[in-house]
Amino acid sequence: MGKVVAVTGNEAVAEALRQVNPDVCAAYPITPQTDMMQRFGSFVNNGKVKTEIILTESEHSSMSACVGASAAGGRVITATSSQGLALMFEILFIASGTRLPIIMPVVNRALSAPLNIHGDHSDAMGARDAGWIQLWSENTQEAYDNTIQAFRIAEHPDIRLPAMVCLDGFIISHSIERIEYLDDNEVSNFVGEYKPVNPMLDIEHPVSYGPLILPDYYMEFRKAHDAVMSKVSKVVLDVAKDFEKISGRKYGLFETYRLEDADIGIVILNSAAGTTKDVIDEFREKGIKAGLLKPRLYRPFPYKEIGEALKHLKAVCVLDRADAFGASHGPLYIDIASSLYPYEKRPILINKIYGLGGRDYMPGHAELVLNELVEIAKTGKINVVKEYIGVRE
Amino acid sequence: MEKMLEIRWHGRGGQGTVTAAKVFADACLSGGNYVQAFPEYGPERSGAPLRAYNRVSSKELRMHCPVLKPGIVVIADATLLDGVNVTDGAVDNAAFIVNSSKDPKEIREKLKAKPTQKVFTVDATKIAIECFGRPMPNSPLVGSLSKISSVVSLQQALDDVQKSFGKKFSQKIIDGNLEAVRRGYEEVKEG
Repeated sequence: MGKVVAVTGNEAVAEALRQVNPDVCAAYPITPQTDMMQRFGSFVNNGKVKTEIILTESEHSSMSACVGASAAGGRVITATSSQGLALMFEILFIASGTRLPIIMPVVNRALSAPLNIHGDHSDAMGARDAGWIQLWSENTQEAYDNTIQAFRIAEHPDIRLPAMVCLDGFIISHSIERIEYLDDNEVSNFVGEYKPVNPMLDIEHPVSYGPLILPDYYMEFRKAHDAVMSKVSKVVLDVAKDFEKISGRKYGLFETYRLEDADIGIVILNSAAGTTKDVIDEFREKGIKAGLLKPRLYRPFPYKEIGEALKHLKAVCVLDRADAFGASHGPLYIDIASSLYPYEKRPILINKIYGLGGRDYMPGHAELVLNELVEIAKTGKINVVKEYIGVRE
Repeated sequence: MEKMLEIRWHGRGGQGTVTAAKVFADACLSGGNYVQAFPEYGPERSGAPLRAYNRVSSKELRMHCPVLKPGIVVIADATLLDGVNVTDGAVDNAAFIVNSSKDPKEIREKLKAKPTQKVFTVDATKIAIECFGRPMPNSPLVGSLSKISSVVSLQQALDDVQKSFGKKFSQKIIDGNLEAVRRGYEEVKEG
């Protein structure tokens, strides 16, 4: 049994990284970086980890250094946020296409312009199709637990893909909550010793990374990447089972809350899910059958399993903390709509954009949405499919 | 604790208000509670009004948003009473703890507190200056809050201040802060 502490999300994730004790960390040390890397840097300086830290001049460089260190054969981490993730964009594809299991916590914050570094999912949503695994976390405990599990998932011999662990900027990253830490040896036994595959530093077996692939083979690489993605769900569930043994905490591909017998439901990511659960309890007390689905594994998206979990509902609202510009819907809505499309009988779907740039998501917003869903379920009529909420007119 | 306790802090940047919320959360943790402590995020400017929040509950805290209906409001700087609506959303049986040398009855009138709400004052700045020579009201306020909230004992608050300050400060400063917490606990008075 580990220790119970009150810490910020950043402290907790830095602690998980200390317990894993990776070989290399390459990070950009200035805003939009958060104090997560500052805390991890102190562990390095105080000799608490054997990690070699490289402070780079940009996030483009930090991800490039991670690619090099990972290809060399190290267990590699970095962290970023907001514009930092945007600046990495080019190298994200190189990390995933080269099948390098780099672990990167992403403190979800808004993108410029206008300049804003508050809680928002625009950063990670922009990188959702970069071939990385994405795990999303409701609270500090989940951010800590997901970070530890991410190593096992990403490094699994069937997978070998980089993974992001997403947590809400400020709301989780800078707020203090009670969580339980695992013991150091439990974490190190759980993640195990890192086994590099075809490391460049193995000079007895020389390998080449990043060669030119012409049209005769490029597409086969992409097909192989897609095929690997389809195996991730099973590994995530297997790792979750093992993690439950050491922690007592259950994880799946997504979490459902009072959803099985529900008529109406909300689909929402990260910290806002917690606030919504409390409101769902209030609606249940009034006799309204409301439920919630919170994706955890967002990439690869478990379309089939999520479609199955939602198809019996009458009306569902997907809440997005990012917009996918194009006069269409938010990114989570688009995925949920895809997961429900195969079913002839499926819920009526609406989309709300909330909480951009750190705008608070309050219980009142969840109430508003649930009341609208009650109406839709009753009448079958939609007023407007997509709408911004908690915003000035 | 049967129900969730929600606390709102009003202070000014640089007064240690956010630290006070953290220290209080930590002290509540030792009582086996679930806790949250978080400031209202914005540009951090010395002297600017700020808010911080605590939630304490025996059940898991899932709510991740600012406190709208505080059961206790702590005002670390009485000059805020003129510019900030500190009573906003406070529940009918809320308690206000104001750092002021004034009589609690006078502060009650200024706040226009409801008859069902309680108003307390403590001269936290004076206590702080006397105990450790700096006008930082956070430690005495943690003491007063421990008493008014009845969530943590004085000893738990003292232990926690010892723990959180122990890493950063000299024994003299720590002792001064411990004395300040004790006096904040003892000298808070109702009006």
